[in-house]
Amino acid sequence: MPDLLIELFSEEIPARMQARAADDLRKKVTDGLVEAGLTYGGAQAFSTPRRLTLALEDLLAESPTIKEERKGPKVGAPEKALEGFLRGAGVARDALEERDTPKGAVYFATITKPGRPAAEIVAEVLEDAIRNFPWPKSMRWGAGSLRWVRPLHSILCVLSSEEGHEVVAMDIDGITSGDTTEGHRFMGSGRFVVHGFEDYEAKLKRDRVILNAEDRAETIWSEATNMAFAQRMEVVEDKGLLAEVAGLVEWPVVLMGDIAEDFLGLPPEVLQTSMKEHQKFFSVKNPKTGRIEKFITVANRETADSGKTILAGNQKVLFARLSDAKFFWENDVRVAKGGAAEWLESLENVTFHNKLGSQGDRIGRVASLAAELAPVAQADVDLADTAARWAKADLSSEMVYEFPELQGLMGRYYAETVGHPAEVAAAAEEHYSPLGPSDDVPSAPVSVAVALADKLDTLTGFWAIDEKPTGSKDPFALRRAALGVIRLVLENGLRLKLDAHFEHQLLRHEAHQSEDDLLTDALAKDLQNEIADHGVLGAVFHTVKAAVDGELPKHIETLRDSLPDTSGDLLSFFHDRLKVYLRDQGIRHDVIDACIAMPGNDDLTLLVARARALQDFMSTEDGENLLQGFKRANNILSQAEEKDGVEYSYGADVKFAEDDTETALFVALDSAEAAISAAIETEDFASAMGTMASLRAPIDAFFEAVQVNSDNEVVRRNRLNLLSRIRGICLQAADLTRVEG
Amino acid sequence: MTQFDGKPRSFQEIILRLQAYWADKGCAIMQPYDMEVGAGTFHPATTLRSLGSKSWAAAYVQPSRRPTDGRYGENPNRLQHYYQYQVLIKPSPPNLQELYLGSLAAIGIDMEMHDIRFVEDDWESPTLGAWGLGWEVWCDGMEVSQFTYFQQVGGHDCHPVSGELTYGLERLAMYVLGVDHVMDMPFNDPQTEIALTYGDVFRQTEQEYSRWNFDVANTDVLFKQFEEAEAECEKILSLDHEDPKTGKRIIMAHPAYDQCIKASHLFNLLDARGVISVTERQAYIGRVRALAKQCADAFVQTEAGGYAA
Repeated sequence: MPDLLIELFSEEIPARMQARAADDLRKKVTDGLVEAGLTYGGAQAFSTPRRLTLALEDLLAESPTIKEERKGPKVGAPEKALEGFLRGAGVARDALEERDTPKGAVYFATITKPGRPAAEIVAEVLEDAIRNFPWPKSMRWGAGSLRWVRPLHSILCVLSSEEGHEVVAMDIDGITSGDTTEGHRFMGSGRFVVHGFEDYEAKLKRDRVILNAEDRAETIWSEATNMAFAQRMEVVEDKGLLAEVAGLVEWPVVLMGDIAEDFLGLPPEVLQTSMKEHQKFFSVKNPKTGRIEKFITVANRETADSGKTILAGNQKVLFARLSDAKFFWENDVRVAKGGAAEWLESLENVTFHNKLGSQGDRIGRVASLAAELAPVAQADVDLADTAARWAKADLSSEMVYEFPELQGLMGRYYAETVGHPAEVAAAAEEHYSPLGPSDDVPSAPVSVAVALADKLDTLTGFWAIDEKPTGSKDPFALRRAALGVIRLVLENGLRLKLDAHFEHQLLRHEAHQSEDDLLTDALAKDLQNEIADHGVLGAVFHTVKAAVDGELPKHIETLRDSLPDTSGDLLSFFHDRLKVYLRDQGIRHDVIDACIAMPGNDDLTLLVARARALQDFMSTEDGENLLQGFKRANNILSQAEEKDGVEYSYGADVKFAEDDTETALFVALDSAEAAISAAIETEDFASAMGTMASLRAPIDAFFEAVQVNSDNEVVRRNRLNLLSRIRGICLQAADLTRVEG
Repeated sequence: MTQFDGKPRSFQEIILRLQAYWADKGCAIMQPYDMEVGAGTFHPATTLRSLGSKSWAAAYVQPSRRPTDGRYGENPNRLQHYYQYQVLIKPSPPNLQELYLGSLAAIGIDMEMHDIRFVEDDWESPTLGAWGLGWEVWCDGMEVSQFTYFQQVGGHDCHPVSGELTYGLERLAMYVLGVDHVMDMPFNDPQTEIALTYGDVFRQTEQEYSRWNFDVANTDVLFKQFEEAEAECEKILSLDHEDPKTGKRIIMAHPAYDQCIKASHLFNLLDARGVISVTERQAYIGRVRALAKQCADAFVQTEAGGYAA
């Protein structure tokens, strides 16, 4: 069986696209071949800056012949039908076979699809792959219409076996396939003929190309670490950079150089980011000093002077770059030491969102909220306020303008330089966290307060202007912000009523947006204070109304009507995010719903404590059975209530009990009710549910022995009222009607 | 072809070598466009000629102005006025990379000793409604050129595709000549009797323009001129194709495009004066782009733009 070798040789493919492209080539070609009946033994795909390569082993030399049987019309069917069948099946009339079937004699045709030689199939499949290649961005060139990531120059496509190799002939927009390729752009020896994969890989190596990207990465890494080790230093690991650099060279030559003394005082992250972003250099750290003192660059060629000229050139570029960085740093430190007034002033003029005002407006809102949240996070109120006002200042710094990924971190350095308290410095860096689901969650109280305030201000802001995420669209990363809040609250065990904070912050947004001065005056302040004290706007509203003589302005009335809806909508968005988060932790969907249905559901810590207890309870046999008992009681009761048109909640009396099990249930409920209420009061849901479990036996026994719908109306009513007690007690813990099972 | 020996000795020798090289490769050596532009791409020999089906090959130096980059002549490599060398060939020849590397060799970069790399860098000009794919070319880690295959200009798909090369001349020359501060770079032959440095030629103008760009330019006048250029461009393009005086079909794509270039430069000046807010910025860019698109629409209706009556 022959082997197949394909190489698509082009101008330089962006490093970030190479690995994926090699994989796509493998997939598109092998899928196409298999679909056409050509199976193969093994497939390997490779990429270098100038080529995508696919090597298949043990390909079938031709696709198998396929015989297919097709059932036709009945014997004696109209001539037209028969002709149609013959045309469709592509067979002659005398090739038909008559066969008896339960429905009479029927014509059958056998269609034979002869196998096709591999070369023919490969040519078709490869052409299709090239014409429909899923590049993230592709282009045309010259006068042609073919699209590729950069101009495609040659196609090598050969089938090889022990007898030799043959070119799979094809022509795509004037590019004819062949059996030649070339090696390194500068160190190669021109085009050469390739007989098969081993020959190809060996000749490439001879002409200074390492085909396998992993081999290139490994070479780079081992040479770099060896070089650093020889100087008692270590290379700062960066897998992304390593992969990228391996995609920028065909023949890696590792060179190590010094960072000039002038720059060693810069924060290490600044050195690292500048070197990586601008020049794709690795950082080399001196473990003794903890500083980054050298760099590693990877050239794409060997030179007679062992890379001296190349290294000198790189060093010169680095010097210019780091001079810029140092200039930024020194300027920034000067501004920071002057109180950062310039920065904060300029943030007043930077739009955060055209409906949500400037970054300056935002900082003011976040600071107010952070101060309110400080007690919840057990942070000092003044520190939280200071931290929030400092946290975004670095957005105006030159360093962050140059390297946006250093935001927060620079804030920390500048805060330290100025002599701000450590908590303020830490909050500048940490308040963006957590960004992803596996990102660390801050735990320092001031950082927590600012992080929460920052995210809640963003969420309430976009809710206030009705820019919520829809479907896959979430341009402001609001889902991520909500998950961040959830994790901050849960992982720090914070107790707070989100609803009140939502309304409070929404009011701030409304006040900001309102063109009417009234909202920013004392009245709005009153509303805010009342919300801070009491939570919900509706109730607060009346207090404020009572305090103001006469009619309230109309827009304040509107506020009362719209804010609770908006905050309620935001809360249910949080509940949706929470469901996703808890489901990933193995908590059942219906269990979460049962707990969200309970009061106090804007206190996420409480909500989750309840859900965990319920989940544990439901995974015990007692829990499972109690649920059945509850549902039975609830069903009977609901039906009776519907039928009778009354609610049975008058309290059952033990004196009407007829059966021992009935009396026993009364006793059990009496003792359980008190214990459960007490446990719920102290939020000890596990113990509340444990006590509920003790009701399982008496409830089971009761249903076993007693017919609820007794002929005696008094007894029946009493029993329905007893069921109502069961329902009431069970619903204290969670809304069990929502639990499945 | 003029013969140059060994390493170049001056800024102008690098320009002369590039001119000689690209002339030898068949490009029309054009002169700079006589208007203020931000980059060589704005020259009609690139913007307009990259449109339509006709073949084209041109190379030229283009003085370019970026008012916000002014540093009073003090920064070692930032200037508000600098030179770009621009090559545009349509359709892009299959050996354009080799031709480009040949030009580096022509200005004295020894391929055997240096590390030349093509690093992904897609080009986009929001003011011209243009984009292309290509690379920035690195020599020992230093960006020495932009290399772009134009895909769209003025909102039109480029067919055939032009290959565009842009060399930042000062930076490239500083590298080749081993100079650390642009103002120290020899402009003409340092052995000659009246040897001039780049600073002798441009230090004073950098100071003068930096002051004017940042603090003095009358923004009211600039705003007004922007409006006028925009209006004139639109008026020119709204006229009948047939010239009433000669009775000939004369579409005034180039005069209209001049107004577009003017508007673009006025916007840059206003930007440097810091009087355009972030939100307005997008709006102004959009207005210039709208002009560029109309000019492109007009050009493809002309003979040079491939229109056949």
